Amino acid sequence: MEQIYLDHAATTPIHPLVLDTIYSVEKEVFGNPSSVHYFGRKARQLLDEARYDLAKSINAQEKEIIFTSGGTEADNLAILGTARANRHKGNHIITTLQEHHAVLHTVEQLEKEGFDVTYLPIAENGKVSVEAVSKALTDRTILVSIMYVNNETGVIQPIREISKNLKSHQAYFHTDGVQAFGLTDIDVAALGVDMLTVSSHKMNGPKGVGFLYAKENVKLSSLQFGGEQERRRRAGTENLSGIVGFQKAVELVKKERNERIEKYQGYKQQFLQILQEQNVEFRVNGDLDDSVASIVNISFPKTNVEALLTNFDLEGVAASSGSACTAGSVEPSHVLTAMYGKEHECTTNSIRFSFGLSNTSENIETAALRIAKIVNRLTSNKG
Amino acid sequence: MNNKQDIRVVVGMSGGVDSSVAALLLKQEGYDVVGIFMKNWDDTDEFGVCTATEDFDDVVRVCNQLDIPYYAVNFEKQYWDKVFTYFLDEYKAGRTPNPDVMCNKEIKFKAFLDHALSLGADYVATGHYARVRERNGRYELLRGVDDNKDQTYFLNQLTEDVLSKVMFPLGNMHKSEVRKIAKEHGLATATKKDSTGICFIGERNFKEFLSEYLPAQPGEMQTLNGVIKGQHDGLMYYTIGQRQGLGIGGAGEPWFVVGKNIKENILYVEQGDKNEYLYSDALIATDINWIHPDRVEDSFTCTAKFRYRQQDSPVTVTKIDDERVKVTFGERQRAITPGQAVVFYNGDVCLGGGTIDEILKRDQRLDYVG
Repeated sequence: MEQIYLDHAATTPIHPLVLDTIYSVEKEVFGNPSSVHYFGRKARQLLDEARYDLAKSINAQEKEIIFTSGGTEADNLAILGTARANRHKGNHIITTLQEHHAVLHTVEQLEKEGFDVTYLPIAENGKVSVEAVSKALTDRTILVSIMYVNNETGVIQPIREISKNLKSHQAYFHTDGVQAFGLTDIDVAALGVDMLTVSSHKMNGPKGVGFLYAKENVKLSSLQFGGEQERRRRAGTENLSGIVGFQKAVELVKKERNERIEKYQGYKQQFLQILQEQNVEFRVNGDLDDSVASIVNISFPKTNVEALLTNFDLEGVAASSGSACTAGSVEPSHVLTAMYGKEHECTTNSIRFSFGLSNTSENIETAALRIAKIVNRLTSNKG
Repeated sequence: MNNKQDIRVVVGMSGGVDSSVAALLLKQEGYDVVGIFMKNWDDTDEFGVCTATEDFDDVVRVCNQLDIPYYAVNFEKQYWDKVFTYFLDEYKAGRTPNPDVMCNKEIKFKAFLDHALSLGADYVATGHYARVRERNGRYELLRGVDDNKDQTYFLNQLTEDVLSKVMFPLGNMHKSEVRKIAKEHGLATATKKDSTGICFIGERNFKEFLSEYLPAQPGEMQTLNGVIKGQHDGLMYYTIGQRQGLGIGGAGEPWFVVGKNIKENILYVEQGDKNEYLYSDALIATDINWIHPDRVEDSFTCTAKFRYRQQDSPVTVTKIDDERVKVTFGERQRAITPGQAVVFYNGDVCLGGGTIDEILKRDQRLDYVG
């Protein structure tokens, strides 16, 4: 049975050209970029080139890029780093109820340290309201953190509009762009954000690497201490091959982005159409017209996440849900709970399907037919 | 469906050695084996640590060794509603419940079975020490061959329909063999300690646990003649025949719990291991389940167990109605406890069972037992 991967929002297969790049870096350049000899210089050269390319890819300066171990660390650094460094200006933080746990659990930690956090609600279409952000601002607000694209629903948030309203306010504006970058052309100047989180493995790059863009004037305390890497904002020897692989992945994204968007949008339409043709009862969560091409979140009434995901996997379809079910603990999706309220059935019967490089029109069709069969079987005997 | 690889068996895996070996044996036989971990209870502490996580990690390790897919399913709500609520209600009523019987009836062989069937399972399997025998299209429940481990006592509420979809791969084995197989195959759980006690209480202090859910009402400890012998900590902490923890000093033979008066919150105690008040000659059982209801006559003789791991005793069973029977003992029995299961056997065949409700002596209800 062909195993079909529809979980590209969790992670993506590495692109073969990225793999080649990593391999050649590991093979040829092993120096420490901080070393003062030939080997160090060779490594430093690659690191600087990568930093230059990645900065350019979002219209930033090189010194505004802080390499991290990935999205989670970049989110932590952005939030903890600015909150702790700017406490004298205020202790209020604004975020939303649908952020990734890398953001939510980090601001919860800050609450324990005495910060006040406002969690903005999410409308049923999956978006935060621009006005709500403005209304929540106080003169003690030092940070606003709102994701660019929600990782469960794929819904694009009004970042540009929010940033306009924040222009004259002291608060830094951070956006987690982990799900956005591969499918959206991001220009940090035009977007008007002070900080942006990007992760490599969501766009066919290697795991364990990402960066935080932090605008030149952003005051940030480091979370880890040691060497002077990343302008003292992130101590630790750089993951050179990962960073260069990341650079390659971004280069490919830039080149192929439009083509990929068109392709994934096609998969999404094809997928939904087959479910419809097979008379599957479903509804799409979040605004389908304002979501990234690669993600669709679908509620299947009269089912539950555990039975769906297990059945899908046994039939060779890999998908996931926002409700974490590690060791059998099922937490309803906090994103869908934010959209629909507690106890709403969609929070326990919704699955995220996300498309990517490992898909073809053929395997999308096969997967959709398998899913239709399973859902129809699960719902047929429940009236 | 002659080919075993086309037969899907979903194994309920606890992270213990028994269910690990059950999965191993099925895999060796060539079935399409799927491992599923059930989470029925949340004991997450303030640091986010929960025993289920460790047990699930063991399931993951074993399933990876066996190269079978594994998943988890959550039945916390069902367990709370069907098992734990019953457990507390019985204690409130002064009885000694058997949550394992209820867990098998409502969770493992109902909620879990339904879940497995929804995954296209042909059978569910567990690591219970019991056997299912098919004869002429009828399914019987048989004792496990390891006398010391036989778990049919806890399975007495299963129906024939359920048994037709169940496999007990360890039914023909002794525990020592199971451990040996686990070791030979280097299973991650080979030397893991067996779980003891009630699953949701685990290693914790029973009294402490119960007091978190039920308010303890201390009261008097009296003999049946009304002589006050001391204070009890709350009737729910005591069971019929209990000797430990009474704290009655003085000369003579030890003291035993012989009954409870829920209304007046009195614990009845009497002296002597062979005290007459500990004995009875019949009982009324409710919630009777017959595995083959069509084969049960209005009155018949068989053997019975009144507690887990007790020797069988000859009894005469007389139907009162579809859900109740009177069980008359061949020889008088000591410390029969309301709330526990009475389970009937014909040789190795488990006929079914019920819940002990009333205790009788010379056809009189022993009201003092509770």
